[in-house]
Amino acid sequence: MKEDTSRRRHILTLLVENRIGVLAKIAGLIAAKGYNIDSVSVGETMDNSISRITLVVHGDDWVMEQVLKQLNRLIDVIKVVDMTEEDYIEREMILVRVNADPPDRAEILRIADIFRAKVVDLTHRTYTLEVTGDEDKIQALLELLRPFGIKELVRTGRIAIGRANKSLPRKLERVAGNDEEVEKKSTAAVK
Amino acid sequence: MKSLLEEGVTTIFGQPGDVFLHGPDAHRDPPFKHIRCRHGQVATHAAEGYYKATGRTGTVVVSSGSAATNCVTAITDALMDSMAIVVLNGHDPTAIMGCDTSQEADVVGTTRSCTKHNLLTLKADHIPRVIKEAYFIARSGRPGPVLVDLPQDVMTGRAEFKGYPKSVSIRGYNPQVNGHPGQIKKAADLIAHAKRPVIYGGGGIIHSDASEEFCELVDITQIPTTLTLMGLGALPTDHPLWLGMPGMYGIFCANKCMINCDLMIAIGSRFDDRVTGKLADFGKQCKVIHVDIDPTSIQKNVKVDIPIVGDVKSVLRDLNKELRKIERNWATEFKDWYAQIEAWRKQHPVRYEQKEGTTKPQYAVDMILRLTEDYDPIISTGVGQHQIWTAQVYRGRKPRRWVTSGGLGTMGYGFAAALGAQAAFPKSLVVNIEGDGGFQMAMSDLCTLVEHNLPLKTFVINNKGMGMVRQWQQHVSPQRASHPDLTHQPDFVKLAEACGVAGMRIERPDEVKAGIEKAINTPGPVVVDLVVEREEHCFPIIPVGTPSKDATDAGGATPDKVPQGWR
Repeated sequence: MKEDTSRRRHILTLLVENRIGVLAKIAGLIAAKGYNIDSVSVGETMDNSISRITLVVHGDDWVMEQVLKQLNRLIDVIKVVDMTEEDYIEREMILVRVNADPPDRAEILRIADIFRAKVVDLTHRTYTLEVTGDEDKIQALLELLRPFGIKELVRTGRIAIGRANKSLPRKLERVAGNDEEVEKKSTAAVK
Repeated sequence: MKSLLEEGVTTIFGQPGDVFLHGPDAHRDPPFKHIRCRHGQVATHAAEGYYKATGRTGTVVVSSGSAATNCVTAITDALMDSMAIVVLNGHDPTAIMGCDTSQEADVVGTTRSCTKHNLLTLKADHIPRVIKEAYFIARSGRPGPVLVDLPQDVMTGRAEFKGYPKSVSIRGYNPQVNGHPGQIKKAADLIAHAKRPVIYGGGGIIHSDASEEFCELVDITQIPTTLTLMGLGALPTDHPLWLGMPGMYGIFCANKCMINCDLMIAIGSRFDDRVTGKLADFGKQCKVIHVDIDPTSIQKNVKVDIPIVGDVKSVLRDLNKELRKIERNWATEFKDWYAQIEAWRKQHPVRYEQKEGTTKPQYAVDMILRLTEDYDPIISTGVGQHQIWTAQVYRGRKPRRWVTSGGLGTMGYGFAAALGAQAAFPKSLVVNIEGDGGFQMAMSDLCTLVEHNLPLKTFVINNKGMGMVRQWQQHVSPQRASHPDLTHQPDFVKLAEACGVAGMRIERPDEVKAGIEKAINTPGPVVVDLVVEREEHCFPIIPVGTPSKDATDAGGATPDKVPQGWR
């Protein structure tokens, strides 16, 4: 009963055991569905035995439901949330080195200013900019810089956090928060 | 070692090697029965058979590299069929890990997608906790294989044994046992109003040891019941409401019930493609209740109206309680439904006609089942035509007496799994019905039977080739066959004798009965080369990708000559 829904962008947040091989298991599971991971970012939470992974994947809803369930089934995965179903804030940071010949320098700085980008390195021929934002903002900036010639681009991968007044943060905080009560709970079996 | 003892492990299947030298060495007279197999795959299948027959987790011990990669097929088989096994793999010392040293393989990486869970142990004092977790994960929830990688230096490292943990707490793993009471009430309500219901049970009933509750459900509601290949034995096959197995090679009336019912009650079954046929047409005419412990099984293939996540045993207990409250004269209300089923049953019964000449494989299999019936045997099969014929006329009445490879369909499974079941019950009658193709994949371990005094009776249903492959090739492209025949075969009798196993041959139909009886009554292991009609097909059949309603049968009594045509 596979329905033909077009592939939609999903941002998945996972809380996982901070252990060897866990990321490989998750990546393998998504690969087995024939899906590419658009971006991934991993870091420790306040509890250093737990890592938080943010994945961006394009997939149809039917298969994504299976992916979510199967991720949940992995023993090392403590919690999975599809952020796309919730209200959330999304950010990514990029470092971009762009050609900056003398006639273009002022214009590039103006663009950087509008996008609240910082110049973190410069030479006579290039600027290196640091900027954070959601996907649309990053995309817009890159489009504006493209005519000058982008020499190098590095992205951190997207991260996302739920809005504080919604149910989502509580779902995640319960496991990976930083107050004492949560600390206690996280040592017990929580799911 | 001490951890394994504390876990209650009594039998291990293994293949020794240099890395694991130190393991067995630690206890020169191990308190376990150590069934040393010739091949890692056989050892792992044997552990599956041990689990299926006993309900206790099977243990495999192998030693690094090729020994471990040989287990991969069997581990995948265990994952597909939800078999609780723990594989302990001896790895090279941590200092040289990943350096491509002699007989090294990344076993954790290799088995990542074919285990329920796998892990690498890096410290000796972690071992008790890791072993405890491994056995807990393997047996709880939806059972499955767990692999523990133990580097040599970790195993030999000295650590104070601080006691074996009594309980396990894994924050990412907490399988739901009890079904949601609201959902159970809704399900009971639906059942109470169904006019043409059918119960479709699967392997989950066996895994959760719930056949008692399952039979109770059938008895309360008087609903006709079908069981998948993996669920056989959950309901006695002489039960009046027993329909037979559904699916591709299923019994005609069971399939008819599945496509004409108004309510399908799926219990511990996963809507495998071999059961559903073409998915687009399956389960559309009826409401579906699905009880499964694994949430990923629900809504995977078929849309479900009432999903109930939980352990089959617990859910059935609650459901039966609800159903008992319902005042309904079940049997009377299903009268028309029963009459319809009876008509289907008569229309296409499973049948064969044994004439003079060569032995029909259906006859051979039927006779084996009939003549062993009174011994309450454990029956195991390989994969292929003989497996289907055996399943179609299976006569077992109890759970955990039927051992076969369903999901992965691994040839050679029958012999290996039967070996494991026999190791668990050395005094019981264990019968392996195996194809000649599959047997040649596993016969390396004939000597293991002798070594460990395992009186396994193996019947090689010999049609000189891979019958199922031959059948499909004749169906798909009758003019061309792509090597289904095994033109040169060993003399199975001499081969058995060479290994110290009694060998027999049955060539003519009139020898079948006496031959089988003689084999059963011969002490110790026996291999019987049961030569059968070469060109025989499995019927009825639903060709791949077609809806269940298109089941075809061979027409009248099975003709002598095949191809019998696909009418």
